[in-house]
This record gives sequence, structure tokens and C-alpha cells, in this order.
Amino acid sequence: MSKAEREPLFSARNVKLLSTPLNDENPITVQVLGICSALAVTVMLEPAVVLAIAVVAVMGAANVIISLLRKTIPPRIRIIVQLVVIASLVILVDQVLKAFLYDVSRQLSVFVGLIITNCIIMGRLEAFALGNKTWPSFLDGIGNAAGYGWILIVVAFFRELLGSGTLWGYPVIEKLGLYELGYENNGFMILPPMALITVGVIIWVQRSRNRKLIESN
Amino acid sequence: MIAMKKGSNTYIFLYASAMVVIVAAVLSLVATILRPYQELNIEIAKKLDILRSVEKADMATEVSDRNAYVEQEYDQYIVESYVINHLGERQDDLDAFTVNLRDELRKPLEQRNLPIFVSRDDDGRRNFIIPVHGRGLWGPIFGYVALEEDYNTIFGVILDHDGETPGLGAEINTPAFENQFKGKKLFDDSGNFVSVRVVKPGTVPPGDHNVDAISGGTITSQGVEEMLEEVLGSYSSYFKNQKNQ
Repeated sequence: MSKAEREPLFSARNVKLLSTPLNDENPITVQVLGICSALAVTVMLEPAVVLAIAVVAVMGAANVIISLLRKTIPPRIRIIVQLVVIASLVILVDQVLKAFLYDVSRQLSVFVGLIITNCIIMGRLEAFALGNKTWPSFLDGIGNAAGYGWILIVVAFFRELLGSGTLWGYPVIEKLGLYELGYENNGFMILPPMALITVGVIIWVQRSRNRKLIESN
Repeated sequence: MIAMKKGSNTYIFLYASAMVVIVAAVLSLVATILRPYQELNIEIAKKLDILRSVEKADMATEVSDRNAYVEQEYDQYIVESYVINHLGERQDDLDAFTVNLRDELRKPLEQRNLPIFVSRDDDGRRNFIIPVHGRGLWGPIFGYVALEEDYNTIFGVILDHDGETPGLGAEINTPAFENQFKGKKLFDDSGNFVSVRVVKPGTVPPGDHNVDAISGGTITSQGVEEMLEEVLGSYSSYFKNQKNQ
């Protein structure tokens, strides 16, 4: 770790940490992690956006903390240490939401607590933060959280629009007058299976455009 | 400490202990600092729900200082609150605002403390606001039922939930569902308590005692029905006495 190795904050390698999870190594569409919450919170746009922000905060902070502690953490209890860090951060987010964004916190209810179970967070702690310096770990954390978040938001956008006919609670379809033309909301979009199918469609579109993801066999 | 090996049991034990103590200290500190804000939020939310059941505080989403607005509306329109038992006897040593209805509903009927809030509109018309609490599919459902002066006709209903299925059971807190209750009656023509049923649309002719359930939200809809019957049932003999006076 000599000074000569010091690299600029946004070197090509660091920017890559931030950008690959958005596309080439997206946690949801490529690694297929964190699917569980992608089903649960994507019926409406607003909770999905707030959850995405919360995950970015938790993941950025958790990666930084674990990276700072990485040389002290006893290998045999590292998973427990990671869990404690994530759980504490999630409780913090939950408490702050309850104090300052009470309405949103009521909407999200259990989903904030469920961030703890998000396998992406622990996956990144284990795979990256435990063996890397603080700044790259931070970038890796928010990069992966953002990669998770944008899928969540896109899925929620289509599910709310097609399932409930609204966007962020605003009755788009009604204002466009489509109901008078005989359009009906697709109630199936509200149910969890359609989140999987929507994710599937995103994966399909992504693979058709990104040659790197096409397996050769 | 420094000489201690990272893999040794002593190190692991000390590390875990220190970690737990630090985490506990940080979390309890944060919880203590934030508690006043959280309690204020809960109190304001409760006052807002009470006001919304009688169609007050309708500007709450638009005003800049929501808390002050809600407090002011509450002081202006909620003129009285009291606690009764199932016979209608006043329990003067209890504050209606702090009675936890969920705990009361676990007691047998004879021991329940039942809060009532009274609102008075600008024209002097009174409403009696009853808190309700019940079970949905995933968790508690709750709200307020405002009755007109005849202790029979529903003036307005506010419902909410902790985590019902979005788009299905969660729809109980939308005006489309809540407004159905307006004008419904708790007692039939001969004065018997029948509550309000939440029924599958089209199976029962529309009447004074039923509203349409939410399709896809069957369990939550049934929860609303059971909640109304259970809670308002506790008050029913009091309502009956008041009606006949």
C-alpha cells in the first residue's frame, strides 16, 4: 500500500465498479439475486423508489464499515459481523423514516426491515468489501444498489401503470380517458408472478442489446 | 490485545462483545433521540385520522406546517372525548386519546374501556367518532367510524392497515372503498344491532347494511366486516340507550 499505488478517486477501474452492476453484472437480471424483494415492493412506484434509495444508503454504508473493519474481523464470525452491521443500518434507516418520513414509512411497513434479508447486500460484503479498500468498496456498494434499484423502479413503473392504471398514485389512464374506450386494468399485474415475468422481459431486452451477456455453447 | 491472534477464541469473544456493546449503544442513542419526533408523528397521524373521519383537515396535504394545522383543526372541531364501559357508564379517570383499543379488545366485553370522540361542526351538528381495530390478512387493520347524532347512521369511515397486499387488500384505505360506508346504518328497523357487512358485489341487493368488498382482497374485506361487528358491537348497547333517550 505505498503512496505510489494511489490512484485518482474516479479512475477507470473505480468508475467500472460503479457502472458494471448497472448493466453487465446487474444483481437482478444477470446474477439473479434479490429477486424476492423485487416481487414484493414493485406493485407501486413510490415504495419501490424509497426502497431503492434505502438500499443504496444501507449498502454504501455497510460496504464502507465492513471495509474499514476488514483487517480486524475474525474470519470465523465474519458472517455474523456482516449481519450485525446490516441489521443495525436497517434499523437506523427505519427509525429515521419513522421520525421524518412517517407517511412513507407507514406505506413501506415491513419492507424496510426486509432489506436485511436482501442477499445482494451480504453478497457484496462477502465478495468485495471484505477484501478491498474503503473507497472502491463504497463505489461497489452504491453501484450494486443502484443496479438493483433501477430494475425495481422499472418493474414498479410497468406494474403500477398496467395493474392499477396510476403512476405515483396519479390516475394516468383515467386522465387519458382510456377507460371510456373500453380499456381495463390488468389485475394480474398486481400479483407477484407478473413481477417475475416483467423481470424476465427486462432480461430478454438486456440480452438482446448487450452481446457480452450471450453465453456461447 | 495487539499480540492476540485474529483466529483465537479470546479475540473472537472480545470482538463480538465489543461489537454488540457498540451497536447497542448507537441504536439506543438514535432511538432515544428520535423518539419525540416519532411520537409526535404518531399523535398527529391519529388526530388527522380522527379529523378525516368527519371530513375535516382536508387541507393537510397542502399546508406547509402540517402539524400545526392538524393541532389547530383538532382543537377547533373535537370538542369532547370520553371513555365508557359496555354499559355506557363514563370512566372519568381515563383519557380517551391514550386508551389502546387493541389491548381493550383482548379483554372480555365487561372489562373493556371504550373511547369516544365528539366533534362539533360549524353549524353545531355533532358526530360521535369511534376508533376501530381488527385483523386483516397480513397484519392489523384500523380506523375511525364517525356516527351521526342518531347513533345509527354512519357519517364517514377512515380505514388503514399496516401491510395488506398492495392493490388488493390495501385498497381499504382508498376513498372509493371508504365512501361506500357513508349513510349506512348500524341498526335495523326494529332496533337490533346488525353492523355493516362487506359483501361480494352483486350477490346481495344494495341496502343500508352492506358495502361492496374488494375483489382479490377477500380476507381483508372480511377483516373489515369482523372488525366493525366486534368493535361497534361493544358499543351497541350504549348506542341503543342513547338512541332511545
